[in-house]
Amino acid sequence: MTDVAQIWSYLSQGPLLWLTATLTAYGIGDTCFRAANRAPLVNPVLIAVTLLGALLWLTATPYATYFEGAQFVHFLLGPATVCLALPLADNLPRLRRALLPVLAALVVGSVTAMASALAIARAFGADAGLLAALAPKSATAPVAIGIAEGMGGQPTLTAVLVILTGITGAIIATPLLNFLRLKDWRARGFAVGVASHGIGTARAFQVHPTAGAFAGLGMALNAVLTALLAPLLLRLFLP
Amino acid sequence: MLHALTVILATQLGGEFLTRALALPIPGPVLGMVALTIAFAAFPKLREAMRPVAQGILGHLSLLFVPAGVGVIGNLQALKGMGLGLTLAILVSTALAITAAALTFALVARLTGATDD
Repeated sequence: MTDVAQIWSYLSQGPLLWLTATLTAYGIGDTCFRAANRAPLVNPVLIAVTLLGALLWLTATPYATYFEGAQFVHFLLGPATVCLALPLADNLPRLRRALLPVLAALVVGSVTAMASALAIARAFGADAGLLAALAPKSATAPVAIGIAEGMGGQPTLTAVLVILTGITGAIIATPLLNFLRLKDWRARGFAVGVASHGIGTARAFQVHPTAGAFAGLGMALNAVLTALLAPLLLRLFLP
Repeated sequence: MLHALTVILATQLGGEFLTRALALPIPGPVLGMVALTIAFAAFPKLREAMRPVAQGILGHLSLLFVPAGVGVIGNLQALKGMGLGLTLAILVSTALAITAAALTFALVARLTGATDD
């Protein structure tokens, strides 16, 4: 009989174990989320990430090894973004009717996200590199990293800030919008998509299909607007 | 299933190609999303044929962010001792952006009569 340690060392190097672990951890997170009546604080992504982080730490597994397996899930982000065409097409007549509110909310939301983040970070003494990495954090990850790099920001740091922004938006959106007593699913979803990209959009779909469709639209439009505005706003806030 | 997946991947591929060829500031998948939205609006039959697969992929959208999220844990030291300032910047700016965008949307919708039915 083969030693368990040998089997482990074989399996922990291949993609199967870590792909299974990713799905299992998310399954646990999703079960907790449902058991908690879809409470925003019980975020399935946050639970899965915490569990997997602990597992990697306990087993001294490098992230690169983990990603060998997890990359199959990660890859689907691209096709999933393309699939957002379905809710968008389903809601096209309503999107067309809401053209003015959409454009106004896009500009206000995008500028607010960047300017307020830059002002706060600068007050804490952030240098030019940190500000460049922070400015595009509300845009979807590939766009944000491209923009930040173009302005002298570090890609890893940008990725961290983008993901943290997404999880923050997914957690605070529902209580915040309830507090504001906004009942328009279009406004709620769109704001979340603009402020917290795909992770916020995923949360919006969990809440309401209309919110999800408008969140997807907000994410797409803000990817473009952030690319245009981030360099201009950064210049205003540079120390 | 096979045809729908092929259309999705081919759309993404086309988007990646165009965004690089034209040096556009948007990522390939987002361009693909726009193109497929137009195609879905023009060809309702295509939309219905692809609905089950697209819904299947979108059904667990949150799951797809887990690998990148795990990467964040190992890179938290990238915050370079600016943890508090950056955490505050993210928390406050995200809350302000959601509030400002949602209120603007609702206000302009009321002013222009673009209410939902």
